[in-house]
Amino acid sequence: MSYNFSHLKALESEAIHIIREVAAEFRNPVMLYSIGKDSSVMVRLAEKAFAPGKVPFPLMHIDSKWKFREMIEFRDNYAKQHNWNLIVEYNKKAYEEGVGPFTHGSKVHTDLMKTQALLQALKKHGFDAAFGGARRDEEKSRAKERIFSFRNEFQQWDPKNQRPELWDVYNTRINQGESIRVFPLSNWTELDVWQYIRMENIPIVPLYYAKERPIVEVDGNLIMADDERMPQELRDRAVMRKVRFRTLGCYPLTGAIDSEADTIEKIVEEMMTTTKSERTTRVIDFDQEGSMEQKKREGYF
Amino acid sequence: MALNIEEFLAQDEAKDLLRLLTAGSVDDGKSTLIGRLLFDSKRLYEDQLQALERDSKRVGNAGDHIDYALLCDGLKAEREQGITIDVAYRYFSTNRRKFIIADTPGHEQYTRNMITGGSTANLAIILVDARQGVVTQTCRHSYLVSLLGIRHLVLAVNKMDLVDFSKERFDKIVSDYKAWLDAQGINIPDLQCIPLSALEGDNVVEKSANTPWYEGQSLMDYLETVPIDQDINMQSLRYPVQYVLRPNLDFRGFAGKLASGVVKVGDEVMALPSGKSSRVKEIVTYDGNLDEAFAPQSVTITLEDEIDLSRGEMLVHPTDMPHVGHHLRAMMVWMDEQPLDATKAFYIKHTTNTTRAYITKVHSRVDINTAQRVPSDGMALNEIAEVSVTAAAPLIFDSYAENRQTGAFIVIDPVTNFTSAVGMIIGEDEARRGAATTTVNLSEYNLHSEEYDTVIRFCEELRARTGIDIECIK
Repeated sequence: MSYNFSHLKALESEAIHIIREVAAEFRNPVMLYSIGKDSSVMVRLAEKAFAPGKVPFPLMHIDSKWKFREMIEFRDNYAKQHNWNLIVEYNKKAYEEGVGPFTHGSKVHTDLMKTQALLQALKKHGFDAAFGGARRDEEKSRAKERIFSFRNEFQQWDPKNQRPELWDVYNTRINQGESIRVFPLSNWTELDVWQYIRMENIPIVPLYYAKERPIVEVDGNLIMADDERMPQELRDRAVMRKVRFRTLGCYPLTGAIDSEADTIEKIVEEMMTTTKSERTTRVIDFDQEGSMEQKKREGYF
Repeated sequence: MALNIEEFLAQDEAKDLLRLLTAGSVDDGKSTLIGRLLFDSKRLYEDQLQALERDSKRVGNAGDHIDYALLCDGLKAEREQGITIDVAYRYFSTNRRKFIIADTPGHEQYTRNMITGGSTANLAIILVDARQGVVTQTCRHSYLVSLLGIRHLVLAVNKMDLVDFSKERFDKIVSDYKAWLDAQGINIPDLQCIPLSALEGDNVVEKSANTPWYEGQSLMDYLETVPIDQDINMQSLRYPVQYVLRPNLDFRGFAGKLASGVVKVGDEVMALPSGKSSRVKEIVTYDGNLDEAFAPQSVTITLEDEIDLSRGEMLVHPTDMPHVGHHLRAMMVWMDEQPLDATKAFYIKHTTNTTRAYITKVHSRVDINTAQRVPSDGMALNEIAEVSVTAAAPLIFDSYAENRQTGAFIVIDPVTNFTSAVGMIIGEDEARRGAATTTVNLSEYNLHSEEYDTVIRFCEELRARTGIDIECIK
């Protein structure tokens, strides 16, 4: 008898095992929810891990206050329908000071509204483990990160001093104040994620599908005019274009692509024939060479 | 393409997954080979290529060629040194299979990274430079591959273009290598030797016209077709309980991932270490109940009877039992800058079970340059030795050779929490088997019930330190 196991089933089983391991060994875990497609897959895997029971940890969204409006709507509906315990946190001080990408630039905005907001929230709730939906195929520094990735008391990652990680035996031991970031989708590729969404019928934010949207071209990036906080002179240049988003984040920092793909099948087809990798639509990666590694060392996901 | 997208997706979703490890010395062209596999399988995107061309001009080491190696060197500091330091994972797929590459360094002091990268691999590629032939590092990597129990090994004889694609040179390297394996008693179940030029692409994807004398498959062809479904142990059911699910009073499920074997509804199963028996009532998943499950599926099992079973314990078939005991012998690899301290009560994590343990004796160390045993009574970073381990709580284990999941453990430093070592179990420690068992009846000692736990912990500590089994009865 031969037992064939497809790669998607293998990846699913690996992720469920990782998620259960965290629930069993940590005192106070949380699942970071970015509202993106990877998060949607991760959340489904958590539901699978504990069925027929309820997932024993909350979801947390770090709201940079500059997400697409459709993302926030989707988040609130999803949490309600699926009865999730959803925590939403943001950097209150920076928000009240009016920090944003148009006025402060992407580097300052990302540091204060994403990295610092995350660190504050983790500290506030005393979480000792945080799931993230990052994949190793996204970016070079992620390719070297462990599935259970240790953070010191300052939430920093030390790429040179990672714990060896063997088989599926994960070291979950930490001292007071330290924590672990856990990446159940480490071994998934972008195509795996789309195939799984299709196979499992997982709901995703409509921004992933092509539609006519008001678009402004900024330094070669197709930025959507999502609200009136975009400076008037930019908004005046907006034209309707059929676009979709390959990744979702802060709307001023997330470029769209021209696309006709309005179904998952068309998205996959487009992906298979496309010549750009997904992070080219993320403005923050281009700040400096090795910029993602720098952000990760400082505590970003 | 004749397929429509629906057909393509259906076919693609059914592909299996092969995990492979690559190892070689610093200049064997390993990163170049990986870059080549990624490039040729057309999974390299245009913008990654543009960044690559830009970086090649500035820090590249490949002259006028595109430096494929830069695809694999992620971290900034490492890129400046021109070598990969840690394990990096790469993904590609072909029409027949999906692949995960663990790219690990050939650099001398980083043995622990190769061990890390190789622990889940189905297959290893070891590169040698055709001009150099089999060198010390080739032997070291081959020993590590056999230690990790990787069943499929490719000896990739690279840079054949620099020896004029000489058959004699290739044959000599292969026969030297096989002679070395034989001399060390290293048995690789499936060994393929392939003459390559990673830089020029010979025998990487297509068979090369430069090696008409070579009758085997190209590297890619072999990677796509090597059968791996026999690599997992499907004989012995080992189901380590990971998490107990109790959503309501009527449901008590044992969640876990099958480490090996197959389980069916109705099977008689035994819970270890308690020895209590029951039958499998249901195999529950989010997607509906199953009639049977096999490794490495993650499922939830419910039993006919209410038996005591918790995380760290195991369900097995009573007809196919693992070892249960406190004392074992293992091959251990030391991964920590701090050398082994035999007086330390380490944690060991084995399947889902964590317990205190002592490394009670180092029997001999392996010189991995020669694979020969040498006397030793300690262990330092990157050293490999045969050791005796005594655990405070019983372990439910098999030998690593029989079962890669239940034969493996990690050793955690109780102070730093670093993963100090990893072990591959040889078997029970014969010398310690049947060490005297003493029974202490706690009710005879006029103790408060709150004090029981302290005494039990003390006995476990004593057992771990001395190897004397002391059983406490309340």
